[in-house]
Amino acid sequence: MPTKPEATATAVASDSLFDVEELEVHYDLRGGSLARLFGRDTGVVRAVDGVSFQLRRGEVLGLVGESGSGKTTLGRALLGLVRPTSGAVRYHAGQGPVDIATSSNRELRGLRRELQMVFQDPNAALNPSMDIETAVGHPLKIHGIAKGAELRHRVADALERVGLAPAERYMSKYPSDLSGGQKQRAVLARAVILGPELLVADEPISMLDMSVRAKILELMLGLKADLGLTYVYITHDLASAKFFCDRVAIMYLGRIVEIGPTDEIFASPKHPYTKALLAAIPEPDPERMVPRDLPRGEIPDAAKPPMGCHFHPRCPEAVAQCGWESRDLRVLLEEHWTRRDPAAYEREGDLVGSLDKLDTPAKEATLGTGSSAAEVHQLLDRIRGEDPSEPLWSGVEEVVEGPDGVSVRFKAGVDPALRQSDGVEVACIHHPVSVTLEPARGDG
Amino acid sequence: MLSRLLGPIRSTTGTARWLLVAGVAITGVFVLMALLAPWITPTDFAQRSVDGVKLPKLASPSGEHWFGTNDQFYDIFSRVVWGARTALTVIVLSVLFSLVIGVVLGLVSGYVGGWTDRLLVFLTDALYAFPSLLLAIVFSFVLSNALGGGVVAAALSLTVVYIPQYFRVVRNTTVSAREATYVEAARAIGAKDTTIMSRYLFGNVVQSVPVIGTLNAADALATLAGLGFLGFGIQPNEAAEWGYDIERALDDAQAGVWWPAIFPGAAIALLVIGLTLIGEGLNETVNPALRRRRLQEVVMPARGLATSGVAAAGTADGTEGER
Repeated sequence: MPTKPEATATAVASDSLFDVEELEVHYDLRGGSLARLFGRDTGVVRAVDGVSFQLRRGEVLGLVGESGSGKTTLGRALLGLVRPTSGAVRYHAGQGPVDIATSSNRELRGLRRELQMVFQDPNAALNPSMDIETAVGHPLKIHGIAKGAELRHRVADALERVGLAPAERYMSKYPSDLSGGQKQRAVLARAVILGPELLVADEPISMLDMSVRAKILELMLGLKADLGLTYVYITHDLASAKFFCDRVAIMYLGRIVEIGPTDEIFASPKHPYTKALLAAIPEPDPERMVPRDLPRGEIPDAAKPPMGCHFHPRCPEAVAQCGWESRDLRVLLEEHWTRRDPAAYEREGDLVGSLDKLDTPAKEATLGTGSSAAEVHQLLDRIRGEDPSEPLWSGVEEVVEGPDGVSVRFKAGVDPALRQSDGVEVACIHHPVSVTLEPARGDG
Repeated sequence: MLSRLLGPIRSTTGTARWLLVAGVAITGVFVLMALLAPWITPTDFAQRSVDGVKLPKLASPSGEHWFGTNDQFYDIFSRVVWGARTALTVIVLSVLFSLVIGVVLGLVSGYVGGWTDRLLVFLTDALYAFPSLLLAIVFSFVLSNALGGGVVAAALSLTVVYIPQYFRVVRNTTVSAREATYVEAARAIGAKDTTIMSRYLFGNVVQSVPVIGTLNAADALATLAGLGFLGFGIQPNEAAEWGYDIERALDDAQAGVWWPAIFPGAAIALLVIGLTLIGEGLNETVNPALRRRRLQEVVMPARGLATSGVAAAGTADGTEGER
């Protein structure tokens, strides 16, 4: 495919546009009204939690992940629309590198000429009380680049470039007079009228009609070729990422779990989460309705991410070192009870006692009381016996009966960093394969 | 732009339209009186004699003095017409002042947020808690020392009363509009905060302001008359003022001399009604929860005999009426 710069990848590698290092964006939780009144610490959500990557000049980088994975926040942090908590966003501008993370608002306003954004909802991205000519030309006016007849001329050029032709017909219209696709074209015209270097596109087609989506993507590819743009394409739609991106970064709970060339990732996904995402793409073939190995459970709370690898509670390939902890034990027990009859649940529930204390992330969990310790131990053994292949058991160091009940100690976990593996970078303990593992899946 | 603003007014129907038309008609008469005052009145507002001849005291309405004269030898018709000029000047000035100050403060407060917002909300809420007449009295007292008892001082003392209303409405809509994507988009194209407020937020948060303005105008007139009645408003040597005239006429009214009180009183009542009708009409037009758009009539081309069509329409109307 002509748009994929595989052959030139090594040549462009040195020519990076953005270097993002250990970027963190945390949001304070608001908590209850009482907590706010007494100024109690209500915790933070780690929307972006230590992300490092390089964005090369002229490439299309896809940020892919479920909602809540931090992809939109990361995109906004690149533009300085969100202030990072720590880390650096180094932009290699024409006049030398600039750190977006520490730039003042004034410096950022100047940089807006080169860094632009396209928003998810075209219906909301245009000021409803501003006509298209003023809206599209406003960037030029704000930066004092053009006015009067020249402004009008350049607006007409930009509108026709994005396919709103003849421009005269659209210039006096208001956003409410246009369709969704037309509005998104106008938003694109406003973004490219300054001749930017980077365009962050935040799910630019997800709110559009199916028939318009491909056209808008085609238009964006055309603009990239004409204007030498670099794109960061944020999406949850893997199919469009496959079509549009040169490289893809898969995000999960504020981290990049896998990043590499699109072809490589789609052909042989390494991270279990990437595999799960790819498996979730619907196939229009009734013969192939095989049960998929989709991740179990829900995406965890970003305020209290799992210990170790963030994906381990949902991971079908989890092993002993993945960072098992008390909350996983709670999920396991509750799952076990869904399979028991109410009387048994009643009995075992009383035996184990309240599970709420397991909600505090810890490497050691205590169940039951001193008197019931032996019975709780038996119960745990029975649950283990039901499904010995459950990966959690492989992460259990020991189960001890103590004066406060049964204490379950977990093995120390590893929080895998991004590592090179066969042309992609992946944050999984299984990759690269040379890392020695304990036998996975317990006795299985 | 203008056609966009007038669009909803043209498409009004039913009650909203009649409220608007009646309000505009009544108010229009007063505007004409105010504009043409020097030409349609026989005397100036504080003139006791014409060509050296002193005007009679408390003369009853006649061909010479249409509304009679009062205890100060003034021609009441002239006082009422000049009073319209005073009233409308004060209303326009006070609404304009409070609108400008309230909208700007509301925009800044809602957009900037934080401690600025808290302080301004606290202050305006405190103002709101005062009875409006009491507040106006205090401010006219303070301002008449500084500015004299003229029209501007009266307008300013009313301004203070109405700022909180504009502030509240604009501030609350700004707080919700601030989070809109188009505001973030404006920041993304490099707009300064002042630009965002003036070009992106202003046009979207002031939509309900005209309605408050017209409704406040009616209230401002009543407050102005109240001030004049209590002797705090415009001084009698500065301009003719209906409230002051009514106060002067009280004693005479008890003695059966009705004309010095009835005409200024009627003027106040009529203008208040006119302004309120405009306000309510605009409210029904602008407020989408109340708005009803007029349906465009579909005119079918005539077909066959015109008389049969009329007859059919007649019977249809008849059955409709019987139900």
